[in-house]
Amino acid sequence: MSASARPGWMEKPRPLTQAAKALALATVVLLVCVPFLVIVSTSLASTREVVDNGGWVLWPTEPSFDAYRDIFDGGIVTHALGVSAGVTIVGTLLSLACTVALAYALSRPGVFGGKPVLLLVLFTFLFPPGMIPSFLLVKELGLLDSYASLVLPVLVNVFNLVVLRGFFQSIPEELYEAARLDGAGDWRVLVSVVLPLSKAALAVVGLFYAVAYWNSWFYASLYLESDHWPLQQVLRTYVVAGAGLTDATTGEATVTAPQTVQMAVLVIATVPILLVYPFLQKYFTKGVLTGAIKS
Amino acid sequence: MLPGVAYFLLFHYGALVGNVIAFKEYVPFDGLWGSPWVGLGNFQRMFEDAAFWDSVLNTLWIAVLQLVFYFPVPLGLALLLHTLTWSSVRRFVQSVAYLPHFISWVIVVALFQQVLGDTGLLNSGLSGAGLHTVDIIGNPDAFQPLVVAQVIWKDAGWGTIIFLAALAQVDEQQYEAAAIDGAGPWRRFWHVTLPAIRPVVVLLLIMRLGDILSVGFEQMLLQRDAVGPETAEVIDTFVYYQGIVGGDYGFAAAAGLFKGVVGALLVYAANKVAHRLGEQGVYK
Repeated sequence: MSASARPGWMEKPRPLTQAAKALALATVVLLVCVPFLVIVSTSLASTREVVDNGGWVLWPTEPSFDAYRDIFDGGIVTHALGVSAGVTIVGTLLSLACTVALAYALSRPGVFGGKPVLLLVLFTFLFPPGMIPSFLLVKELGLLDSYASLVLPVLVNVFNLVVLRGFFQSIPEELYEAARLDGAGDWRVLVSVVLPLSKAALAVVGLFYAVAYWNSWFYASLYLESDHWPLQQVLRTYVVAGAGLTDATTGEATVTAPQTVQMAVLVIATVPILLVYPFLQKYFTKGVLTGAIKS
Repeated sequence: MLPGVAYFLLFHYGALVGNVIAFKEYVPFDGLWGSPWVGLGNFQRMFEDAAFWDSVLNTLWIAVLQLVFYFPVPLGLALLLHTLTWSSVRRFVQSVAYLPHFISWVIVVALFQQVLGDTGLLNSGLSGAGLHTVDIIGNPDAFQPLVVAQVIWKDAGWGTIIFLAALAQVDEQQYEAAAIDGAGPWRRFWHVTLPAIRPVVVLLLIMRLGDILSVGFEQMLLQRDAVGPETAEVIDTFVYYQGIVGGDYGFAAAAGLFKGVVGALLVYAANKVAHRLGEQGVYK
């Protein structure tokens, strides 16, 4: 118990309490991890092993990447992966730029129209426009079946805006004044003073946008034809709703058990999240967000 | 500033104006503005529609289930994590528990199918042990508990953040003073810990009550077809199936507008109650 820091006034915990706690924590960790283990293992298993075992594998005896090779041979999943990556990158950059600009303007006192604009923005939180009018709007704007329909309608997220605004406001006023005295204009202050100080907040908000774009499927199902679908919508159609994927991908008779291929698609859709997660997670325990959530 | 403002004006307020369709009969050829007015006809039709009321009841019932079975979980988990003095274990469990929040609903639903489905982990285990298998996925009777379990799996860990933040603000000296005065763990919990998190609990309860007409649209939509509308139709999916699938835009928009107005009133009322109770509420 070297890492433990039990203060002196606290009683020594009883063994039974300790055991109960350990059990509870282990249960939490297992409940989260086992499903991921199952999909990764199943995606790596051989067809026969999956069939013999009734559809899933906890630990493959002879791991193979056949399922992944099938998927990356081109076809639907490869294309969908490109769409998802493109929408996520372009969308995140656009969203971040617009959110930063608006949050900065709303964080400075005395900006023309600041107060009404803030009310305007916060009101949308209380009263979202609704699915049907949004759909009709996208349709009237001629954005149907364009990738812009996945980005423009969700360009600025009110929560992210409020987080960034709160962070900008927490920067000491003296820094703004010093920059002004040096003759810096609004943009210059933003670029050379505010943004460098806000790296952590920008990272969190940027990753929130990226995760949201990557995970989004509903707008794709609403606005896009099936040959433009991103990965999550492909996943929804072929794995959750259970349409045959292998045949659609290769156009040939089933080579790999669809189950292994399905699980491989699941893994591919999850991996980017697992990759960015450690970066995100670092900030949560630091409490970058909690201050903003409270305000 | 301008692009952001333009975005809100166009996609929020522009769409908000689009709610006039709720008072019209949508004719594809005439478009949004050319379609004929029908006054409150869509609302009248909606109030007489048994399927609409079923979706309202399902929404409320699932929300109540979530409130009873989901809401205490992050609180309990946060209290448990807070008592851990071993910081590396604590950080590890926190990291693992937050993770599912970032997994999309599509993947969460697929994972549940994989673990709890007919040929999934649980049922193969049960039949391997010579026990009865359980019919969970695709069984309408199990659907509502299932969706609550999914919400717990996905968001209970993430939900601890706000409680942990409140717990971290408690001055360590309060615990120490209480301990020196002879208060045991339970008394310290009752007199120091609980008062510290009460405002957050009240705030979250109020926010949830204000948002009671929303119960995870994506989650429901993904699974509605498998179990049918009797148990899985909520207001949001009702709007979707009537409008987007059925093309009855005016009628669907009326249901959506009804939800929006009632929802806004609920938030307003919940906030009033919070102020009355001497709590901060969502806004001032």
